[in-house]
Amino acid sequence: MREFRYAAATDPAAAVALLAGEPSGAFLGGGTNLVDLMKLGVATPDVLVDVRTLTSREVTDAADGGLRIGAGVPNADLAADRRVRERYPVLAQALLAAASGQLRNRATTAGNLLQRTRCGYFTDVTRPCNKRSPGSGCGALRGLHRNHAVLGQTLDGPGTCVATQPSDMAVAMVALDAVVQVLGPDGARSIPIGELHRLPGDDASRDTTLRHGELVTAVDLPPMDMPSRYRKVRDRASFAFALVSVAAALRVEDGVVADVRLALGGVAHKPWRAAVAEGALRGRPATEESFAAAADAELAAATPLPGNGYKVPLARNVVVRTLLELTGGLA
Amino acid sequence: MTTVDRVVGAGIDRIDGPAKVRGTAPYAYEHDPGEPIAHVALVQSTVNRGRITQLDPTRAEAMAGVLAVLTPANAPRLSGDLASDLPVLQSLDVHYQGQVVAVVVAETSEVAKAAVGEVSVEYAAEPPDVRLAVDRPDLYAPEKIMAGYETDSVIGDVDGALAAAAVTVDATYETPTQHNNPIEMHTSMARWDGDQLTMWDANQGPHNIVNDLVAGFALDGGHQVRIISPYVGGAFGSKAFTHPNQMVAAMAARVVGRTVVLELTRQQMFSLVGHRTPTIQRVRLGADPEGRLSAISHEVVEHTSRVNEFAEQTATPTRVLYAAPNRRTTHRLARLDVPPPTIMRAPGETPGMFALESAMDELAHELGIDPVELRIRNEPTEDPERHIPWSSRSLVQCLRTGAERFGWAGRDLRPGVRTDGRWLVGTGVAAATYPARRRKADCRISVAGTPAGPARYVVEIDGSDIGTGAWTALTQIAADALGVGMGDVELRIGDSRLPFAGGAGGSTGLASWGSAIVLTARELRRRLEDEYGGQVPPDGVTVDGGVPGPSPHAQERSMHSFGAHFVEVRVDADTGEVRVPRATSVYAAGTIVNAKTARSQFLGGFCMGLSMALHEESVQDEVHGHYANHDLAEYHVATNADIGEIDIAWLDEDDPYVNELGLKGIGEIGITGAAAAVANGYWHATCKRIRDLPITPDKYFR
Ligand SMILES: Cc1cc2nc3c(=O)[nH]c(=O)nc-3n(C[C@H](O)[C@H](O)[C@H](O)COP(=O)(O)OP(=O)(O)OC[C@H]3O[C@@H](n4cnc5c(N)ncnc54)[C@H](O)[C@@H]3O)c2cc1C
Ligand code: SF4
Repeated sequence: MREFRYAAATDPAAAVALLAGEPSGAFLGGGTNLVDLMKLGVATPDVLVDVRTLTSREVTDAADGGLRIGAGVPNADLAADRRVRERYPVLAQALLAAASGQLRNRATTAGNLLQRTRCGYFTDVTRPCNKRSPGSGCGALRGLHRNHAVLGQTLDGPGTCVATQPSDMAVAMVALDAVVQVLGPDGARSIPIGELHRLPGDDASRDTTLRHGELVTAVDLPPMDMPSRYRKVRDRASFAFALVSVAAALRVEDGVVADVRLALGGVAHKPWRAAVAEGALRGRPATEESFAAAADAELAAATPLPGNGYKVPLARNVVVRTLLELTGGLA
Repeated sequence: MTTVDRVVGAGIDRIDGPAKVRGTAPYAYEHDPGEPIAHVALVQSTVNRGRITQLDPTRAEAMAGVLAVLTPANAPRLSGDLASDLPVLQSLDVHYQGQVVAVVVAETSEVAKAAVGEVSVEYAAEPPDVRLAVDRPDLYAPEKIMAGYETDSVIGDVDGALAAAAVTVDATYETPTQHNNPIEMHTSMARWDGDQLTMWDANQGPHNIVNDLVAGFALDGGHQVRIISPYVGGAFGSKAFTHPNQMVAAMAARVVGRTVVLELTRQQMFSLVGHRTPTIQRVRLGADPEGRLSAISHEVVEHTSRVNEFAEQTATPTRVLYAAPNRRTTHRLARLDVPPPTIMRAPGETPGMFALESAMDELAHELGIDPVELRIRNEPTEDPERHIPWSSRSLVQCLRTGAERFGWAGRDLRPGVRTDGRWLVGTGVAAATYPARRRKADCRISVAGTPAGPARYVVEIDGSDIGTGAWTALTQIAADALGVGMGDVELRIGDSRLPFAGGAGGSTGLASWGSAIVLTARELRRRLEDEYGGQVPPDGVTVDGGVPGPSPHAQERSMHSFGAHFVEVRVDADTGEVRVPRATSVYAAGTIVNAKTARSQFLGGFCMGLSMALHEESVQDEVHGHYANHDLAEYHVATNADIGEIDIAWLDEDDPYVNELGLKGIGEIGITGAAAAVANGYWHATCKRIRDLPITPDKYFR
């Protein structure tokens, strides 16, 4: 572990100003991801600007009937919020399916969104990894990638990366069309959550479209009146990252899909909004056949690796099952 | 002397429990040597095979707080008698990835770790050769396998019997590399006073460590080394033998002239303290239509390292479990560029029973016979290879009792036909077995002449409690043997200054140390009776005793514990997720000394077997040669949520042959066969036979 400075700011604007002058500094939320990466030598910030209690730790009602989640709200509090549990069960379920009670008490909303991949080559500084050390190669491509991406990877060139974004919460938020509020050196801006995380493209080192020094201050949830749920498949019953997860919301009218939201976790470098499947479903009968056809249409683009082909049928099954459960067709 | 009821057998709370819960029981890292401790960190090889071509410690040496950087160029010379991976920093050759190539000693652990990154090392490396395969031309038969067994056993005409058999099974099973992963990481705190070495260390038996340190540092004898290990936070075999950490700590303390501590990181555990070899096992069974076995063949391929020969005794349970006139077991090794493998809970039986007990399930299906019944039909009346009687054997009773407790009767033999919502439901059974052994152990018991009040008995033996409950069980044994209450016994264990004992391993602890205590106590009581008229003399009395080694009946009787596991397995029809909501395990292991800690051992063994079945696998990257999932986030062990209702029971079993207490040892039997029971239940639920562990959800989609 290298030496670093620790800085506290008095308000968000001061924190942004502090970090703007520190090209290799980082914001510190709960530290449950960043400090681990520092211990491993993967993250080497010169300065940590502590924002855990600086951004709001409250969930407040928004004028449009939605909710505003302060960036500092602990995962545990968010999962326990009555409004979240009642109106956005997909989000509460995703949070509770993640990590452990201790970690959820400590982890913040912003930190969770921005947690980095669990790829074992990324976290081991003695291995090649384009994300950690651009140009060094991708160790996972020919190594252990059982839990890596099947969609949207970069499979050759300097950007090669087959990692997944590991956050469960983010998958639910993508299905909910959340909007991320950001304060940067050039002022505030709003980012639709689907545009926050990015595919590796030709630069695997960048997980998101945030610019250096941009502070996440809140996440807005638009109103939601559809039933929703989150289903996570993992290697053991608890305390493991998703192999595949599905965040879904569905409204059926007269046996026909009136509206649907579908996002997949564990399959790509970003939470994967299943727009193709959604398009294939709207206006179609809410039956197992249409659900399966829609899942297949979405997954037709999959390019699985030698060691993770199972994710395609698994994702398909979980999509179908979750949608069926939302129709009440399957307990 | 007062007479009390027997405490052996009772479910006594751990006498060390309150101190552990309060955090006052000192583990190796927590010892206070009374001076500032220097911290040790390791530079490890990033290649599997080759030679160091350049090693530059100058930047690290220049860092504030760094006391020394040891390299092959400047490290103290160790004597040439050390084996395996113990000659640390003695050569520029690299034999496995993770090998220690330099050692930093610094004022703080942070500085030591930071300095590790400043030591630059270059290698001339060859690509790693790490893949185990049955068609490797370099497979060889070791001279002996672990625990002194013969490498092969061949009886009768196996091939002829297989060719003639009405029904046969021929299947290949694979178990992956596994790592022991105890909670407490291997820690060694070392200090030299002149030529006298003291080490507070996490190990499974202080005496096991002394000899290597004496040899390595060319000391005159064991009196120059003291290893202190009263409390150890789990081991599962990884702390049984000396590993590089103890050599490094002793070396570093000698160089900097003060107390040093080395605590391995979780990641370092994956290369420096051993692992369970992967295995590829071909099992062939031949039977008549009634299920009577005519032939058993169990051929094992496994690995060892370039620096040690560790030949896991994988097929040895097949030598005792079932009757069959024609039998063959073989073991072949590949010498790979891997860290030295070692023992991990029930080495041999654990992977071996997965294969054998899966094959028996496959045979039961081929025959259309209930798998419990098939096992009972093949119950041998004597040891089927040594042709000697059992000291005691209650496998059939375990199977029957387990079947009844579990509700096995009326089970539908057909696989893949039961559902509960989206769950596919099945049940599985497998046997368990483990050898009962006794080893040499010395003991000293002293009683002081106290003017008033009851006498206090000090029982000294270098036994070891690695979290098993030995502190409590040995105190119970001593109390009974002395005919006093537990409160009148002061037990001292975990210190190489105490009378010799072998380590906690091979489920021999209570059999050996307990017997030593019983015999020494008997001698003490005899002397008190004969020489002092039953009164403790004013000067007190001290008696030295012990047991010389194996039971005197070990050559005439075959000594094993047995058990049976029954599990319900549920598999999600859409996702392949596996749950084991309930299980019953019944054991017959002779005398049970402490009903509470014994239950924990059986339970823990079973859970570890379940974890093996469903989760545990160290994945070796064939390009880079390292264990790619080297932490607890990625090396999955079962969580609480993976463990359902587990019904543990044991049978009364009286065995006059095994040892003074009639106990067979219980630390390991629980894991044996458990993975097969789960795999068999998985097949019964899904119709899919997964022959390569672990049974993770991806394998459902094959
Ligand atoms: C053992 C373990 C198991 C886990 N299992 C799961 C799981 O199953 N599912 C899952 O989803 N997660 C899991 N996690 C991850 C966990 O959810 C994250 O570690 C946590 O949410 C991160 O939040 P934090 O506040 O601690 O972030 P930090 O570690 O403080 O920060 C993470 C990143 O966010 C940045 N950051 C923090 N706050 C801001 C801000 N306001 N603006 C801009 N940037 C910011 C930091 O600079 C850093 O880059 C697990 C973690 C562990 C250790
Ligand atoms: S998958 Fe991405 S994170 Fe993993 S090694 Fe490749 S480049 Fe690095």
